[in-house]
Amino acid sequence: MTDLSVSVSSNAHLASQQPLPEAPAKVTVRNLNFYYGEHHALKNINLALGTNRVTAFIGPSGCGKSTLLRIFNRMYDLYPGQRVTGQLMLDQTNILDPKLDLNLLRARVGMVFQKPTPFPMTIYENIAFGIRLYEKISKSEMDDRVEKALRGGALWNEVKDKLNASGLSLSGGQQQRLCIARTVAVRPEVILFDEPCSALDPISTAKVEELIQELSENYTIAIVTHNMQQAARVSDKTAFMYLGELIEFDDTSKIFTSPSDRRTQDYITGRFG
Amino acid sequence: MLSGRSAASNGRIARHTTFRSRTDFALCPGREINQKRISLVQGIGVADMAVESNVIDAAGPYDRAKALSAFKLGDVTFYWITRLSAISVLLILGGIIISLIIGAVPAMKEYGFAFLWTQRWAPSADPPVLGALGPMYGTLVTSFIAMLIAIPVGLGIAIFLTELCPQWLRRPIGMAIELLAGIPSIIYGMWGFFVLGPFLANTFQPVMIKIFDGIPVLGAIFAGPPSYLSLFNAALILAIMVLPFITSISVDVFKTVPPVLKEAAYGVGCTTWEVVRSVVIPYTRVGIIGGVMLALGRALGETMAVTFIIGNSFRISSSIFAPGTTISAAIASEFAESDGLHQSGLILLGLLLFVLTFFVLAGARLMLLRLEKKAGK
Repeated sequence: MTDLSVSVSSNAHLASQQPLPEAPAKVTVRNLNFYYGEHHALKNINLALGTNRVTAFIGPSGCGKSTLLRIFNRMYDLYPGQRVTGQLMLDQTNILDPKLDLNLLRARVGMVFQKPTPFPMTIYENIAFGIRLYEKISKSEMDDRVEKALRGGALWNEVKDKLNASGLSLSGGQQQRLCIARTVAVRPEVILFDEPCSALDPISTAKVEELIQELSENYTIAIVTHNMQQAARVSDKTAFMYLGELIEFDDTSKIFTSPSDRRTQDYITGRFG
Repeated sequence: MLSGRSAASNGRIARHTTFRSRTDFALCPGREINQKRISLVQGIGVADMAVESNVIDAAGPYDRAKALSAFKLGDVTFYWITRLSAISVLLILGGIIISLIIGAVPAMKEYGFAFLWTQRWAPSADPPVLGALGPMYGTLVTSFIAMLIAIPVGLGIAIFLTELCPQWLRRPIGMAIELLAGIPSIIYGMWGFFVLGPFLANTFQPVMIKIFDGIPVLGAIFAGPPSYLSLFNAALILAIMVLPFITSISVDVFKTVPPVLKEAAYGVGCTTWEVVRSVVIPYTRVGIIGGVMLALGRALGETMAVTFIIGNSFRISSSIFAPGTTISAAIASEFAESDGLHQSGLILLGLLLFVLTFFVLAGARLMLLRLEKKAGK
């Protein structure tokens, strides 16, 4: 326990950070099980993502963090042989309803991936593309929305003079912020981040983290990360997962200062994982 | 050559000693034995040196530079073999062009550029009157119609196979496409002559002629009477023949789209169609155009099947249901009985096909460059 407090004391702001009051649940997960064919990948998960809160998912590779995230927007549906049981609600909508319109669900639950994934088109089109899927708006309104989204992605100042350049011409960090802007442009309610900084340099990482903080004022955010400092910095709540089980789910400050489970403590102090 | 061989054998000896001393070190199990072995190895080394000193010029048993120089000879040989292979392509290409030009000179002298816009083809007249307009027109029109049919169908099959097809159906369809590519063109020709031609003449052609009768431009394109042998039939056979090229190349390039890119597109709420149209096809544009060009090259040059079903008429008709000819079909059907100026004219036709194909490919390159510029690269 002593070495733990030493390792965490460097995160000085953590000690002073008071946990935010409980928020009403945006996404509720009850008794969720997930199978890749025969493999039982997620075992009886129960948790809730608070509205306009950042929830971080940490744990060693292969523990099911990304899998869980990919259930929130039914991305697993693209692949055969993957199935899920249990209950998963977005407000009053049953996400697992087989009759649910997946395109509308994915408009409400946006996702940012590990690697930047700009579409093979111009910067402007990368943003306008998503908007056009749902709304028919005039050119000037579209210009407006694109600017707003790029500002939302903290990218406007860097790209405003080259909106017609290819999205692929940007640097890795800019590409990732473009992807965030693209996600924001569709006006989702929940944004899922799947290790958004693992392919970025420290400066870009700092920018994206700052952005996540800002976005959490308006969006419910779930973030999977391998970087525990990052989880500590950006999240309000943290879920520790191990071998497909949810071991501990609590306020971030509590998880990183006084975890109640032995395995959580071992993981965040670097004894395994 | 002799000096080369002796250098190689030098190298072999050098490498041999190198290996022996290396394995000896590697095999030492314990420290004491190690000591003993080392002295033993040194002993051998000295003895070896004594024997082979004239070969390894006293550099010791482990002369890396010597060993490397032996590899270097291999490298140089390898470089020259590959280089000669590459150069041979240029030589063959140049040889073909030159012999075509030499063969075509009499016809070029006789007809000049008028060859290009003369429609009449009368090799038995005295003197023979030869013009390439008919075959050129037929070549371009059949290939154009074939691509018009084959590109959408081929891409459609590829999209279905990679994005939509249930797993169990994938292999049968994929194999059928590959088998389609394996059918010899003469078989397509026979099938087109005996089955497809009569079928089209009895069903499809009368219907089209009736529908477009009286409409200004389309009426002339789909004019009667129905015929077993026609430009359209040839184009349809060509479309079937080039379909496998377009499909299999498209399937291969579609598979190169990173899954995460597709997920991202699905993630903003795209339907499968939108993902294919806005992400998969733009991402793989270069590969698709490559496949289409390969198919077009085949369509322009295809001979046997077309000769069977196109009718070999040098007259240009506005109707695609009328018989016509292509450059390759004209050469194939007449070359055996030709001589003198007639033969030279046919060779000139061949040269024209060569040039035509070259311009089509160059045009495709240009189009690709412009597309890339437009995409903001």
